[in-house]
Amino acid sequence: MANDPSEKDPVSKPPASGAEEKPIAQKPAEPSQTSSPAQAPKSADAPAPRPAAPAATTPAAPPAPGAPAAKPAAPAAAAPKAAAPPAKEAAPKPLPLDNELVQKLKARFGDAIREATLDRKQAIVTIAAEQLREISRYCRDEEKFDMLVDLTAVDWPKREKRFDVILIVYSFAKNERVRLKAHAGETEPVPSVCEIWPAANWLERECYDMFGIVFQGHPDLKRILMPDEWQGYPLRKDYDILKQDTDWVRENLGIESGQ
Amino acid sequence: MSDPRSTELSNVSTTVLGADEIILNMGPQHPSTHGVLRVKLKLDGERVVDSECIIGYLHRGVEKIAEHRSYQQFAPYVDRMDYVAAVSNGLGYCEAVEKLLGTEAPIRARVVRTILTELQRIASHLLWLGTHALDIGALTPVFYCFREREEILKIFEKYCGARLTTHAFRIGGLQYETYDGFEQDVKRFCDDFAHRIDEYETLLTENRIWVGRTKGVGILSAADAVALGVTGPVLRASGVKWDLRKAMPYAAYDQYKFEIPTRETGDTYDRYVVRMEEMRQSRLICLQAIENIPAGPIMARIGKVLKPPPGEVYHSIEAPKGELGYYIVSDGTTQPYRVRVRPPSFINLQAFDKMARGSLVADVVAIIGTIDIVLGEVDR
Repeated sequence: MANDPSEKDPVSKPPASGAEEKPIAQKPAEPSQTSSPAQAPKSADAPAPRPAAPAATTPAAPPAPGAPAAKPAAPAAAAPKAAAPPAKEAAPKPLPLDNELVQKLKARFGDAIREATLDRKQAIVTIAAEQLREISRYCRDEEKFDMLVDLTAVDWPKREKRFDVILIVYSFAKNERVRLKAHAGETEPVPSVCEIWPAANWLERECYDMFGIVFQGHPDLKRILMPDEWQGYPLRKDYDILKQDTDWVRENLGIESGQ
Repeated sequence: MSDPRSTELSNVSTTVLGADEIILNMGPQHPSTHGVLRVKLKLDGERVVDSECIIGYLHRGVEKIAEHRSYQQFAPYVDRMDYVAAVSNGLGYCEAVEKLLGTEAPIRARVVRTILTELQRIASHLLWLGTHALDIGALTPVFYCFREREEILKIFEKYCGARLTTHAFRIGGLQYETYDGFEQDVKRFCDDFAHRIDEYETLLTENRIWVGRTKGVGILSAADAVALGVTGPVLRASGVKWDLRKAMPYAAYDQYKFEIPTRETGDTYDRYVVRMEEMRQSRLICLQAIENIPAGPIMARIGKVLKPPPGEVYHSIEAPKGELGYYIVSDGTTQPYRVRVRPPSFINLQAFDKMARGSLVADVVAIIGTIDIVLGEVDR
């Protein structure tokens, strides 16, 4: 995993050393730093945002229940070494990402690049759904992300735009993976990327099948895993796990319930 | 047919047929489709003009189930996707959750995982070889392949009590220590296997019928393979030297020396050669690994209740069939908010149409076999 170049982030190494000194040297400065996250993207490899992370997460430490209870006291004490392990184990908080790719994307697409973060050392770029096809084409042609690894969605029903459409793309040349994320409303069509990566064909069909997301420009958008006549979209959060299309079950299986 | 899906006119059947063209339906109950795959073929005489795969007959909603189980409870379910390579599924899932937690299994656990996963790769490839050869008409190899596979399943059984859906690994490491004589069992298998595999090659590699049935059949170019997202041996047979074990090492693969076999043409014969060579490489990895299994704990300290901090992770491994990935979103509770499985069989099967067009009907059987699909994974 250490050799995984997709995960070689400029952030992970420097903070480790930075975190060792920070707790003692700059303890009072912490609040001011946490309150100014706006300037953080600029200095992605400066350890500024990181020291806040262990401090913020150790009190609410459920992520690592195995950790001894004595931990929270350790960083406060003048033991800089002890501060390092929690920094590593602490909740891998999404960090702002500002690498070459993100800069290029921002220069080219401006506001369509909404956000770029690094979560557990993996790059996530949130983009505007309307520009999905242009950005995808750019990523494939200019940035050599020649393989679409996966395309899927996540449902957040409480959000105004409930779906995250997620594209995981891979570059053989750079040995690097990037996740493109676009928000989409329930009735908003998302541009299809079939013509950019033919692999998207079935993946978009599955996404449509499971979530009801319509991909505009898809050559043959129909259900793939569920029967064609099925009503409802099973992977939506408001689709209960025991729910089924009772009419379909009665008509086609000749039984009252599939349970 | 009573199948409701057949009433729906698909692309293939709505197109206007030429004078000599017919629609042929294969499956879902067809011995050569390795499960419940249905293929609709448009034929011009003996040639395939167009094709469409109809899947979903084994859909169980694994991804939905995941949202209603705790992280540990879901682990046995992943074995039921690619059920002939359950150990690999488990490895991918456990490592993905570990990554989500920001932890890693101890080195001893990772080495044992590597050994078992490589044995599973051999078992999976053996099953593929036996059934693929059987489809094409070579009756003998299947008996030998099952004999060898049996030895591997016995090792699994001795290790964790199960042969097929093993649930061999736990999030954070292993539940069981290796049994006494584990290394010897693996060593014995590996030593025997060296000439066994040569023996299989004598049955097929230069067999004129085998060569005739596989060479030049189902060609997939490297560019097409990449565009279609194809991974695993199918991609490597097309000439792309890419293997996740090397590109993004996981478990303990960075410690062992092995080669990535590739071929150029990307036909059925090449895929056969690549998988045969992969079995040899897996054997070498096992031999290197059992030489020195480091001592130490087998389980990371992660606690009994897993609540990964909110966020998301994508982790993938080189499963016997290709890149098996897990995309997991956590909302900070004990149950995953979303688990997405990137199934290699599903995505590789998409290349079927490209491979089958222009080939003969009889070759369709060879092409389905050569992709090496498991419908449990395609449909999930």
